[in-house]
Amino acid sequence: MQSSGRFEALFERLSAEGRPGLYPFLTAGDPNLDFTRRLIPALAAAGADGFEIGVPFSDPLADGPTIQRASMRSLEGGTTLRRVIDLVAGVRAETPDPPMVLMTYYNPIIAFGLKEFCAEAARAGADAVIVPDLPPEEAGELFEAMAEVPLEPIFMLAPTSTDARIDLVNRSGGGFIYYVAQMGVTGARDSLASDLGGALERINRVKNRPVAVGFGIKTPEQAAEAGALGDGVIVGSALIDVMEKEEEEEEKFGAACRFIESLRSALEKSRTAT
Amino acid sequence: MEKIADKGRFGTFGGRYVPETLMPALEELDAAYEEVREDPVFHEELGEFLEKYVGRPTPLYHAARLSEDLGSLNIYLKREDLCHTGAHKINNTLAQVLLAKRLGKTRIIAETGAGQHGVATATAAALFGLECDVYMGEEDVDRQALNVFRMHLLGARVIPVTSGSCTLKDATNETLRDWTASVRTTHYIIGSVVGPNPFPRMIRDFQSIIGREARGQILEAEGRLPDACVACVGGGSNAIGLFHPFVDDAGVELIGVEAAGRGIETGEHGASLNAGRVGVLHGCQMHLLYDDDGQIIPAHSVSAGLDYPGVGPEHSYLKDSGRARYYAIGDTDALRGFKRLSLLEGIIPALESAHAIAFLGVLAEEVRQAGETKTVLVCLSGRGDKDVQQAEGLLRELSDEEAEG
Repeated sequence: MQSSGRFEALFERLSAEGRPGLYPFLTAGDPNLDFTRRLIPALAAAGADGFEIGVPFSDPLADGPTIQRASMRSLEGGTTLRRVIDLVAGVRAETPDPPMVLMTYYNPIIAFGLKEFCAEAARAGADAVIVPDLPPEEAGELFEAMAEVPLEPIFMLAPTSTDARIDLVNRSGGGFIYYVAQMGVTGARDSLASDLGGALERINRVKNRPVAVGFGIKTPEQAAEAGALGDGVIVGSALIDVMEKEEEEEEKFGAACRFIESLRSALEKSRTAT
Repeated sequence: MEKIADKGRFGTFGGRYVPETLMPALEELDAAYEEVREDPVFHEELGEFLEKYVGRPTPLYHAARLSEDLGSLNIYLKREDLCHTGAHKINNTLAQVLLAKRLGKTRIIAETGAGQHGVATATAAALFGLECDVYMGEEDVDRQALNVFRMHLLGARVIPVTSGSCTLKDATNETLRDWTASVRTTHYIIGSVVGPNPFPRMIRDFQSIIGREARGQILEAEGRLPDACVACVGGGSNAIGLFHPFVDDAGVELIGVEAAGRGIETGEHGASLNAGRVGVLHGCQMHLLYDDDGQIIPAHSVSAGLDYPGVGPEHSYLKDSGRARYYAIGDTDALRGFKRLSLLEGIIPALESAHAIAFLGVLAEEVRQAGETKTVLVCLSGRGDKDVQQAEGLLRELSDEEAEG
């Protein structure tokens, strides 16, 4: 497994600053690819540390209604995996530091060709890949395809994961460990899972890399709470919900930036509080 | 012949492509299934229900008039249409409900297209007093109002699915989403030999009773094995159930019949083995209909049961290894098969099974040209009562067209 070095650099900085990382998720091409291309650098300026860039899929079975809608809007606009890789290259040209993670279901990668996908994603400046329907057991071919390029696989752990599976993900993955904070699909929830602390404790004891907590985080308060238990937070559906409420593109853009600022500020405060 | 490889794969097909949240449950299900496979108590209980509740063994019927009509074929029909609830689906749902009880699950969920699997699941859940929710595409809810009523009557809740194309594949997505949230208390009964390991293997085993019975019955009737086994293939559970006990009999040809819908060249079909590529959906690697960007292409067939863009991984393996061959029959020919069996044998087949019946015309011609005759075992997977309303309209259109043409 080869690394671009961007995650390592970021983790060092976060550790020096003593705060959790903030990783927004965006569905690329929602409402259009140019919008996403402009938004990522703006969100970086607003306080985001790295990005999960979602490739839309016709059958997103790990996603709730918000990301399903975003995916459909993006597909209707003609977004493809190739165009998302081009988008990453465009963003990378002006945003050198933040890690960018492509999140895509497995079938679009199969259609693209595993080796071609890994080579082109790495060349564009992506640092890692999350494939929600590809657990480590089935990822052998992807490992092989990414062996030659600086691209890492990120795997998920869930409330149901056994100790054996925590060990497997520890051994197999790169980047951060993605902790799925609630049972079920993606989507903003009014409260975090009550057993979040206990579950993360189990992982924190044995983890060999930082843990980012995602699924269900909706408010700055929840982000601060999750950030205090893990090493970073991922916010996707809540960010898309904020943009969906606005009609005009520029209003969506501004609302997204303000939301990320509010999350970052809550994460900063949680650091000074502890 | 190696039927199953490592990690529940059939050759390179199958696997377990699901979100992490479900992985522990699949490991648990796998272990539980390995246990019951060898457990005589489980099989005795299941056997009792299959006999006294489902009505097994189902008859093997010699279709003399159909054989005479086609000339070169000696045709036997395995009458799964006579199962309780009218199709083979109950063989699987009953067994899985028994397994769910062993796992201590209190709730059952399922996806359904036309509603046959939904009805069979609701039936088994009612029999054991389990809570049951069935996901069904909104379009199908409208088209199959009677089956929705049946499920309600059986105490199940029917949840209309409004995402994507609002059909079977979207109902499957939604059921998987539910299961990701509810897996600690809920068992998912998949309706066909698809999905993550161990489902394809487990459901194959539960449906193999079709082929095991038929094997004994044809040996008794003819004193030898058939020359060919024929069955329709959507996900492919009735076909694999018929084929499996014959896989090691090299002299028995295995033929699956997919839906060519409006014609493979139109792109509106369900023929994933004939026109699909290897891909991953709903937890397994299989032949699948998708575009150059990897997006799934919705299937089309006149029969809702064949209206699925993927196919069981074991069928993918049987095709690629050359052990079975797969043919595709279009909507119009299937309707002709529907009518032919009704007229000649007094049996109204499900539109799914009508694809297998229609293929017999093709096979009869092949055999005639080779100057042979063949004994053929056909799985009549379900009865056509559910389809008569739809077929009435379609057959009227068809006879109008043929009168004009």
